[in-house]
Amino acid sequence: MDLRFGDSKPTDEERAAVDALLGPAESAWEGADRTDADLRWARGGRAARDRRDLLLPGLHAINDRIGWISEGALDHLCRRLTVPPAEAYGVATFYAMFSMRPRPATVLHVCTDLACAAAGAGDLCAGVESRLGPGSGVAVERSPCLGLCERAPAALAIRAGDPVRTAVSAPADVEAAVVAGTAPDAAPEEPPAASAVPQAGQDGLVLLQRVGVVDPSSLDDYRAHGGYTALRRAFALGPAGVIREVTDSGLLGRGGAAFPTGRKWQATASQPDRPHHLVCNADESEPGTFKDRVLMEGDPYALVEAMTIAGYATGAHRGHLYLRGEYPRALHRMRHAVEQARARGLLGDDVLGQGFAFDIEIRRGAGAYICGEETALFNSIEGYRGEPRSKPPFPVEKGLFGKPTVENNVETLVNVLPVLTMGAPAYAAIGTGRSTGPKLFCVSGSVARPGVYELPFGATLGEVLELAGVRPGLRAVLLGGAAGGFVRPDELDLPLTFEGTREAGTTLGSGVVMAFDGTVPLPRLLLRIAEFFRDESCGQCVPCRVGTVRQEEALRRLADRSGAAAADDVALLRDVGRAMRDASICGLGQTAWNAVESAIDRLGAYE
Amino acid sequence: MTVTPLGIPRRLLEFTLDGEAARVPEGATILDACRAAGKDVPTLCEGDTLRPKNACRVCVVEVEGARTLVPACSRRAEPGMVVRTDTERARHSRRIVLELLASSVDLSTTPRVAEWIKEYEAKPDRFGPDAARLNETPKIDNDLYVRDYAKCILCYKCVDACGDQWQNSFAISVTGRGFDARIAVEHDAPLTDSACVYCGNCIEVCPTGALSPRSEFDRRAAGTWDESAQTRTTTVCAYCGVGCGLTLHVQDNEIVKVTSPHDNPVTHGNLCIKGRFGYQHVQNRG
Ligand code: SF4
Ligand code: SF4
Ligand code: SF4
Ligand code: FES
Ligand code: FES
Repeated sequence: MDLRFGDSKPTDEERAAVDALLGPAESAWEGADRTDADLRWARGGRAARDRRDLLLPGLHAINDRIGWISEGALDHLCRRLTVPPAEAYGVATFYAMFSMRPRPATVLHVCTDLACAAAGAGDLCAGVESRLGPGSGVAVERSPCLGLCERAPAALAIRAGDPVRTAVSAPADVEAAVVAGTAPDAAPEEPPAASAVPQAGQDGLVLLQRVGVVDPSSLDDYRAHGGYTALRRAFALGPAGVIREVTDSGLLGRGGAAFPTGRKWQATASQPDRPHHLVCNADESEPGTFKDRVLMEGDPYALVEAMTIAGYATGAHRGHLYLRGEYPRALHRMRHAVEQARARGLLGDDVLGQGFAFDIEIRRGAGAYICGEETALFNSIEGYRGEPRSKPPFPVEKGLFGKPTVENNVETLVNVLPVLTMGAPAYAAIGTGRSTGPKLFCVSGSVARPGVYELPFGATLGEVLELAGVRPGLRAVLLGGAAGGFVRPDELDLPLTFEGTREAGTTLGSGVVMAFDGTVPLPRLLLRIAEFFRDESCGQCVPCRVGTVRQEEALRRLADRSGAAAADDVALLRDVGRAMRDASICGLGQTAWNAVESAIDRLGAYE
Repeated sequence: MTVTPLGIPRRLLEFTLDGEAARVPEGATILDACRAAGKDVPTLCEGDTLRPKNACRVCVVEVEGARTLVPACSRRAEPGMVVRTDTERARHSRRIVLELLASSVDLSTTPRVAEWIKEYEAKPDRFGPDAARLNETPKIDNDLYVRDYAKCILCYKCVDACGDQWQNSFAISVTGRGFDARIAVEHDAPLTDSACVYCGNCIEVCPTGALSPRSEFDRRAAGTWDESAQTRTTTVCAYCGVGCGLTLHVQDNEIVKVTSPHDNPVTHGNLCIKGRFGYQHVQNRG
């Protein structure tokens, strides 16, 4: 490849940000000053190109330090990595958290998504915008769900610098959000993760047993609370034994697709091609979902241990933790946990002295819901645009870096710990015959005690809502998030299992239970969902790229229409929705019309 | 027609295509089988010289047991597969895809699309007068070719041709996302500030006329582009010894465009700047 770079030079600051990640450049071939040696040998080429996966961390490094990515900075990074500038530009413009234009050093992301909108995000935004006018040094950006729905409305401030600083304000009022934006260092501490778990400390919890009980920064405390017994059992069973146990437990993936975890592990473990990779999907971006954040913030070593077990079982020596860019505290806790585990021989060349090498690398997302799609996530890690790949081939055959890859989300992996500590039969006895084990639900909206709840599969929707203290005047419940569907208040005896929700023509998705009372206008809600999908479509395929736009336009027209006046647009929505579901490449386009359809069919919207 | 180099003989596999047995070599796509059986499946992003990106979704067919429709252009046939190409479901998606495309971009120079719009009874106007369109102004920043992205369907062919599949110049890529995604060079700069070497291979593969030689663009603007009055002559490029095939498009005794035969097993339609654009010396009659 014949690379051509522009003449724009990085500033010293930008160069320092890149070099802090990649080390100083050694020759003119990669952007340093020319030396005599440069005339005789060329650095770069294949060796540098193999570091393409450092493109996303490199973009983060610049954006974190400066607040935006200039031409000179991008060119410098491209030189260092031998990446064509046009491609890098295509990658950088894909992510919402990066800016290619100058902007203030501090960006205040104010969530305007479903739960926050219902909790007054519109007024909050307007108030914050009028207080932080131009010249305040803070840019206010409307953001999709920040994963703080239990404390809606939410705002996240990010101030560029060395180091980058962040502050969360939730529940936010204008005053608190302005403080977070103007003085992130002085903003009050976030409440502990356990405050998102109303059941914290109760007996009988399985997945949430340690949240609020254990000190999330202490490996010793984790061990004192039963940590690393599952990994010991795994070593005693051997990889095949672990897979057998996971298969017998009936554990189904919790990310939405409900694929049997044991089968996935087996399929990856048996691939002759090497190396195998493990990816933990912690890019939790489904509006209304925050359980993975709470797990990572409240019990980070559990995920480290679970990933180690998954790596051991599937023959992967490297685990990639792809963590949502909007989760600074989870990132901080996971980094700390990984470092501690490494320092204590629980990660590294010889885990627990068992001769098994395993380490975890953390990758930060940069604001793209689509990167939660497994193949889009691979592209993102590899330094390409986060566009889904078409399947087949499936990840178990050709996944990350083209190698056999097992991908699970945080909740799925954390379930492996009780599978091993209690044994498959005891685990399978929880829940129902086909949906085994405990399940986390993210309850938000019109309830008294929003948060993450753990219940065995088979609990009814009414039971979950009752625990959370549903407020009077319930109008609708959104199950499964924006990609899920609405159900009516008279459907509260719906059993929350994969099979039960499927039979009822809806879905459990990622475990979102969002309650809305009559004060939130339904058409406004549907429009917000449509906006979300239009914003988050990767743009690769026509049904989704254009279909989500046409869906939003129709919902805009429908905002104040009903009955016969609405019929044409409802018919149009059905036509376009059907093609999106049938012909889109990935789950985003395929589910982008679910919630709207369910609102029309089950709630009688626009009648 | 594509000439595929003769590799090791491939085994035949059998599957069912619209109720009839079809036998295709291992590795063939459903689209290959359709074409062999004389079925007309519409395609836009598929190209004879590039790996299909399966982004347009106009070729979708129904495969028994699959939850969604599958793109015929890129899904390989498997033994025992049961494929139906002309079901109501497949036709519905094709119709909507055509409507979505035609309502958002200018397809006036896309071959065959008008015919498909008619066949599938697509009504691009139904999204109303305010439906978002691309509305880009043509980018005319050099003398060799014009980028008119109001016609771009984002098939990725030009990116693949400029990148690792042919040219290895990586001058262009997809930027932004969703409806705002566009083909662009770094920093949305003019082409002249980019890594482009003006080989024109991207023009060769563009299925919509979004990329066109300046000669064609200017004539179209002036209303003097007349394909029916053009002759095509295939010859060999005289610039160097490689021997790339050229097709000269001649109108009124003047070369108005140069393309290259895709079935040439060496170049597959690729040329360099001289072969594609360097023809003025032939017709300087000074
Ligand atoms: S369905 Fe949407 S998100 Fe998925 S590949 Fe297509 S355009 Fe991208
Ligand atoms: S003319 Fe050649 S180098 Fe330039 S963009 Fe097109 S394919 Fe790439
Ligand atoms: S410019 Fe042409 S080849 Fe490139 S993506 Fe658009 S339609 Fe395809
Ligand atoms: S944080 Fe605002 S909706 Fe989730
Ligand atoms: S031609 Fe098959 S998806 Fe475009």
